[in-house]
Amino acid sequence: MARNAKPNRINLALHAALLPLVITTLLAYIGSVLWTIRISFSTSKLLPKDDWAGLAQFERLFETDRWIVSLQNMGILAIVYIGGVMVIGCLLAVFIDQQVKGESWFRTIFLYPFAMSFVVTGLIWQWLFNPTLGLQNAMHSMGWTSFTLDWTVRPETSIYAVGLAMVWQGCGTTMAIMLAALRGVDDEQWKAARLDGVSKPRYYWNIVLPQLGPALATAFVLLAVALVRTFDIVAVMTSGGPGSSSEVPAKFIIDHLFGRNNIGLASAASVVMLITVFTVLTPLLYWRSKVQSRLSAGH
Amino acid sequence: MTTSAIATPSVAKPRKQLLTPARIGVYAFLLFTSAFFLLPLYVMLVTSLKSSDEVRAAVLFAWPASPQFGNWVEAWSTACISLACDGIRGGFWNSVRLVIPATILSVFLGALNGYALSFWRSKWGDVLFAILMLGAFVPFQIMIYPLVAWFRLGGFYNTYWAILLVHCIFGMPVLTLLFRNYFVSVPQELFKAARIDGGGFWRIFLQLMLPMATPMIIVATILQITGIWNDYLFGLIFAGKDNYPMTVQLNNLVNTTFGERRYHIDMAATILTSLVPLLVYFFSGRWFVRGIAAGAVKG
Repeated sequence: MARNAKPNRINLALHAALLPLVITTLLAYIGSVLWTIRISFSTSKLLPKDDWAGLAQFERLFETDRWIVSLQNMGILAIVYIGGVMVIGCLLAVFIDQQVKGESWFRTIFLYPFAMSFVVTGLIWQWLFNPTLGLQNAMHSMGWTSFTLDWTVRPETSIYAVGLAMVWQGCGTTMAIMLAALRGVDDEQWKAARLDGVSKPRYYWNIVLPQLGPALATAFVLLAVALVRTFDIVAVMTSGGPGSSSEVPAKFIIDHLFGRNNIGLASAASVVMLITVFTVLTPLLYWRSKVQSRLSAGH
Repeated sequence: MTTSAIATPSVAKPRKQLLTPARIGVYAFLLFTSAFFLLPLYVMLVTSLKSSDEVRAAVLFAWPASPQFGNWVEAWSTACISLACDGIRGGFWNSVRLVIPATILSVFLGALNGYALSFWRSKWGDVLFAILMLGAFVPFQIMIYPLVAWFRLGGFYNTYWAILLVHCIFGMPVLTLLFRNYFVSVPQELFKAARIDGGGFWRIFLQLMLPMATPMIIVATILQITGIWNDYLFGLIFAGKDNYPMTVQLNNLVNTTFGERRYHIDMAATILTSLVPLLVYFFSGRWFVRGIAAGAVKG
């Protein structure tokens, strides 16, 4: 009996310690997701209802112009933000890797925007884009009168202004991830390639880049998660406007939950987002984990 | 620092590097990009130090004739947020009051989870961990309505406790992963020796493992301080008016002003809000980058 007492006490301690994890996982993650899925199949408006409406909310969702605009904007941001950050971030990493002087200065400069809140980022760029007092006017007064930077006040361009601010904020992380990966590439390859007369750009493109697959996947996944969560910067910088021209799905959902009291529609929208995220990320994460386990097995 | 770096690129280099056109191109690219990254910070700073006449004169880049540090004082203590004219200091103290306990609690829980999951393996523990990792990718929006409803049911929606709890919930996936990966690399023999010496669950955790994980604790703390300080969405939804963090107050100060907008005060308040994470970033240096790498593992 005495020998049994101790493992029991240990078991009790273990279970007590894992209690926050259990509650968080089961209630906050699984429970809330399941409940939202359930709500998306009901006619809930201000309060959740227990009825069954089939796919009615989803049909309404895709008949809502604002939602369609939100999805289109997410597509635009996917290209501008993810594409822009990946290209600029990789370039910065490669250029910094050329044994430049003042490397730590450059790294600090490229990464500092990431330390700032999206609210701060949004407000700075809102000010820069100010059509009467901002960059446009500064360029005019410096003699460049044809310069136009009125993106935030024109519906066709407002989402690109948001995208530019997001690129400014996000390049540093991708640079940091890629730089770390570049430092892991064997230098001997460059010496060998140079003897064969390979130019530096071709060396990076043909020899180095294929080795950076997992790091690229990591950077991409981080950006994709950030993209889906895009809310703060839009809410602050343009409030989704002019009109609803710079709406994004995350903001659509929050607006319908709290401002418009339509939790059925908001839940349907968030279920669509959940499905989108996992369709895009699952194959990528699977591929990355396979590559990584192959790499670690080879070592 | 940079001009002299171009002039003498070969000092202290293992191999002499000539100032070829390619090298000049590398520096030109890095300097040009640095200017793009620094421009918003510079504009924010000079705008915050201008008088309102200078702002209206619309010379965006000009250094103020006499820097108006009074703007910062006004933004801090007397600027109006809708009807209350107490500046942004209330938000600052709300954020401080939130960040410290939320960071300590969430990091402690992350360490505890990581320790329990790596040394006290149990089948359902692994299942929970897998679910939690998936949770890191779930769009927040799908969880928000159920959480609000449950908090309301518990009677603490829109209170300090709600926002504290929310940060613990949403920080849990990354922090748990961070500590689990760290503890997995700790030799099992060490743990077994501690068990043979009669160490119980909590004693091994508090006296052996936690002190050993100090580097991870630093990384996790930096991650949480900047993350919680910069959060906007959760503060807006869960904290309630009395506990609005600084980011929410900042947006209210700037975007809900009646009458003429006072850009110099707005920018002063923006600087004040970004000060804490920027200081953390500049002083923590490599630790901050390690936090990104840790987040990258999650992502």
